[in-house]
Amino acid sequence: MTEDSKFHHGDSDNNAAPIVQMKDIEKHFGNIIALAGVSFDIRPGECHCLLGDNGAGKSTFIKTMSGVHQPTHGEILFEGKPMSFATPRDSMEAGIATVFQDLAMIPLMSVSRNFFMGREPTKGKGLTKRFDIDTANEITMSEMRKMGINLRGPDQAVGTLSGGERQTVAIARAVYFGAKVLILDEPTSALGVRQTSNVLATIDKVRSQGVGVVFISHNVRHALAVGDRFTVLNRGKTLGTAKRGEITPEELQDLMAGGQELAQLEGSLGGTI
Amino acid sequence: MSDTTPNPVVDERIKAEPLISRLMKRPELGAIAGVVLVTAFFLITADSAMFTTAGIINFLTPAAQLGILAIGAAMLMIGGEFDLSIGSMVAFAGLFFGICVMVWGFPLIVAIPLTFVFAAFVGAINGMIVIRSGLPSFIVTLAFLFILRGLSLVGLKWASGGSTQLRGVRDATENDWLAPFFSGDAFPGLFAWLAEKGLVETFKNGTPKVSGMPVEILWFVVLALVATYILLRTPAGNWIFAAGGDSNAASNSGVPVNRIKISLFMVTACCAALVAIITVIDAGSTDARRGFQKEFEAIIAAVIGGCLLTGGYGSAIGAFFGSIIFGMVVIGLTYTDFDQDWFQVFLGGMLLIAVLFNNAIRKRVTGER
Repeated sequence: MTEDSKFHHGDSDNNAAPIVQMKDIEKHFGNIIALAGVSFDIRPGECHCLLGDNGAGKSTFIKTMSGVHQPTHGEILFEGKPMSFATPRDSMEAGIATVFQDLAMIPLMSVSRNFFMGREPTKGKGLTKRFDIDTANEITMSEMRKMGINLRGPDQAVGTLSGGERQTVAIARAVYFGAKVLILDEPTSALGVRQTSNVLATIDKVRSQGVGVVFISHNVRHALAVGDRFTVLNRGKTLGTAKRGEITPEELQDLMAGGQELAQLEGSLGGTI
Repeated sequence: MSDTTPNPVVDERIKAEPLISRLMKRPELGAIAGVVLVTAFFLITADSAMFTTAGIINFLTPAAQLGILAIGAAMLMIGGEFDLSIGSMVAFAGLFFGICVMVWGFPLIVAIPLTFVFAAFVGAINGMIVIRSGLPSFIVTLAFLFILRGLSLVGLKWASGGSTQLRGVRDATENDWLAPFFSGDAFPGLFAWLAEKGLVETFKNGTPKVSGMPVEILWFVVLALVATYILLRTPAGNWIFAAGGDSNAASNSGVPVNRIKISLFMVTACCAALVAIITVIDAGSTDARRGFQKEFEAIIAAVIGGCLLTGGYGSAIGAFFGSIIFGMVVIGLTYTDFDQDWFQVFLGGMLLIAVLFNNAIRKRVTGER
């Protein structure tokens, strides 16, 4: 039993079968080897952090997981069965939702219209089949309340929300539409302190609903606040996976940077990173 | 954890919003304010005849003809695209319709659907080129502005044997049972009854001065309502806003962006065809100058109605009122002592004010600072 922190409540089930298993994934772009054998898995109800510096292959890896890229070598198992995702749509339908940094949100449109974009609830039949706006508004308000955000109204434009709130809308949307695995691509990288803590709290809530969260970050402190397991990528390879409580921030930071230069850097910066 | 129970706590950072500022966020507000302003202006300066039943119908008729185009243009603009070829499309569809009736001798029940199918086809070509090439619709449809206008001229000369006008459509359609839906006045009985009751102005012999409601006004109103319903109350409407707001984000969320945009080009072309059919039957002839510069007027009406040039925001009701403003100014000036050529100045001024206003509104809506 590890200690609960502000953003981490209760351990995940270590014996649960993984939802997605990626074995020895390699991805080559022409003569560039972006991924050279990465293994990763995600269980229900855990937050598995994928850490790595810029260029480590994080983006390529999650794009492989979400069906944007096909792996050159390696195997993807989804709920135990081999699976190949030809398009992002395939993986979405299987239950892997990706919240990219640009969020797929339209600032001029209201929160509820964004929430149901492309998947509008309808009522009526034939010619009278219409967008059930009341249901959409109701669901949006209640889903957002569950995530701890009180909207002014469902017709509030997404543009008026803060960056953290927008992340939360995107996450709530993915979860509402049945995501089993939620991939978050650097959700905290552009956020302020308070907004970051909102997003981390959201991740914790999603996790406790039994969704597997893949949290991509290069910020060790954010990762340690919510993560159950930590996998570090460096130069297209996994450097290993550590469990919560088994690794210190310093060790994690060292792994990410490849260990060498950071020692010198840290000295000159006085331990500020 | 109690994260599933609703949290009734009100966020103290959000101030209660007054009605005015909520109204300010409606896209059509500017156009409605414009109608009020323009009405006030003409109430003061114009002859009182302008606001009699006859006068109102007088300015609503051109407003309706423009408005049918403007509603199509507004939907397309919300969807993030432009169509500069709608004016030429009016002439081209008019030519096709004229040929159907005069050269091939089709009855209206065949000629009208055929004209719509033809217009939709041309619209689809426009849309396909824009989508496939990824070029701005501005430049692609600018090309079609000239192509269609030129084809109309060439086609008219071919069909009429050398003239740029094709006459005799009225004689050919006069007795067609479908003609009353596309030309003339609707509800003559109602107007006669109103005249009897003394509710509308009459001539000395007791017949009403206005014999009925021109059908284009009815088409205009019906189209505005249908377009508004589609935009605000159907999934397709949500897709239109999404496609215009950010086509990338929309298609990532599963919105069929390309299909939506091509359909919108088809709808816009069909609006142009409707105007063509109405005006050709009404005038009894078709000519190559029909719909000249209407593309600009339609876009101006849509912008006055609150559509953003960048897409993703606007309303059909706004375009409706924008067109009415347009009609009022065009016709209203003849009721005043002003030189009619002030019209263009007025138009440019309205457009500029509308764009500035829309920009401010957008910043309010998106909370930009």
